[in-house]
Amino acid sequence: MIRDVEKRNKNYNAYVEQVTPKASCLKNCIKAFITGGAICLFGQILIELFKNAGMAKDEASLWTTICLVLASNILTGLNIYPLITTWGGAGSLVPITGFANSVAAPAIEYKAEGEVFGIGCKIFTIAGPVILYGIFSSWIAGLLYLLAKLWM
Amino acid sequence: MQKGSQSFKFDIPVYIEQTASVVGEKESEGPLGRMFDVVIKDPMSGKDNWEQAESALQEAVVDKLLMKTSYKKEQIRYILSGDLLGQLIATSFGISKYEIPHFGIYGACSTFGEALSLGALIISAGAADRLICMASSHFASAEKQFRFPLEYGNQRPKASTWTVTGSGAAVITNERQPVAITGITTGKIIDYGVKDSMNMGACMAPAAADLIVANFKDFDTDEKYYDRIITGDLGTVGREILINLVKEKGYDISQIHMDCGIEIFDPQKQGTHAGGSGCGCSAVVFSSYIIDNVRDGKWKRILFIPTGALLSTVSYNEGQSVPGIAHGVIVEHV
Repeated sequence: MIRDVEKRNKNYNAYVEQVTPKASCLKNCIKAFITGGAICLFGQILIELFKNAGMAKDEASLWTTICLVLASNILTGLNIYPLITTWGGAGSLVPITGFANSVAAPAIEYKAEGEVFGIGCKIFTIAGPVILYGIFSSWIAGLLYLLAKLWM
Repeated sequence: MQKGSQSFKFDIPVYIEQTASVVGEKESEGPLGRMFDVVIKDPMSGKDNWEQAESALQEAVVDKLLMKTSYKKEQIRYILSGDLLGQLIATSFGISKYEIPHFGIYGACSTFGEALSLGALIISAGAADRLICMASSHFASAEKQFRFPLEYGNQRPKASTWTVTGSGAAVITNERQPVAITGITTGKIIDYGVKDSMNMGACMAPAAADLIVANFKDFDTDEKYYDRIITGDLGTVGREILINLVKEKGYDISQIHMDCGIEIFDPQKQGTHAGGSGCGCSAVVFSSYIIDNVRDGKWKRILFIPTGALLSTVSYNEGQSVPGIAHGVIVEHV
């Protein structure tokens, strides 16, 4: 009986997989390439502008990052960033602007639940895992680097 | 009279006296747009947050219903209502001001069918002369509860559906009217182990198929008995699966099947993918398009089946599947 249900579910899921329409991978990749490329190009233009204004390379990069995050937050507030991602997919999710969007969006959404329990508790609902595991994996990498240095 | 294993036939019919529908702007721009009673263009309904905005829909629909019937609130014995939010907050804050005795119900997107079924049973038992059945959903409050904040950019898969912003309500009574509820078939929780919460049509289709076959068996009939079989929010993917599942049992419903979710939006123009969903979807389509066709006698007898995906973010994150449920209501022109 239980085996029958398992078999039925397995068959059904395989059938569902078959009838569910899928997005075209190639089309999505091209759109992501254009969107992500455009964001990077914008960043590069900013770096060049800052360098022309007399900043060192590191300083120019830092200011570029700040400008990109700011731009993303403003576009999120104006509800334009989600439209860009609807079209561009991973192209606008992966760059730092996507990360900024994932922090700004819950902040706006949960504002209604208060500064502490709303924004405070829920601002990292989407970005939280990235921050946690990002820091954790950099810690592991650092440890490996230290061990490797001691070994050699 | 009890029929078969899960149906009930009303020896004295229960009548649908009047209906009302309130929708948001996107729904008003869809193919059925002009049929809805009230359009609230502001997504926030002038309130401070999405939950209150959904409550405003329920408040507005009761208001419209009372206006259309010219009943005072004291003349309504009960109100059976539900929504998709945790602890039914859209309902609690939406209808509290009316001070009508209330049963809060949850059947995910099948809530309106559950409300009509229970309401008809209450009337037929003589426990009330007149009551309101109602359900609502709101795109933004549903996204917030089940998915991501609205301002977060993400891509929706092609099989996903768009939660309808709207609320539909019906006054049902024991006084004779041209539209009657003559029977119900109550759905079981059907779980085929689908874990994709972005493909709710596939989660719910087995429940709808099970209900349709049970209805045919319980009433000893087949698809020819109905002018239309109308599901709630299966969408295009769910519809294809439903028709195939029912065909496996020996019935062909492809010619008479309709889905509220497919009717309410234009997927090409409105970017809604597989169709509309949410408690509000079947409730507003029933309260406008469907009831008009039955009242005019264009459809003599229909089987109306709001469908629900019993999704919770908790059980989903804990690796559970998304079970489905469906509630069948036989509505006739009499």
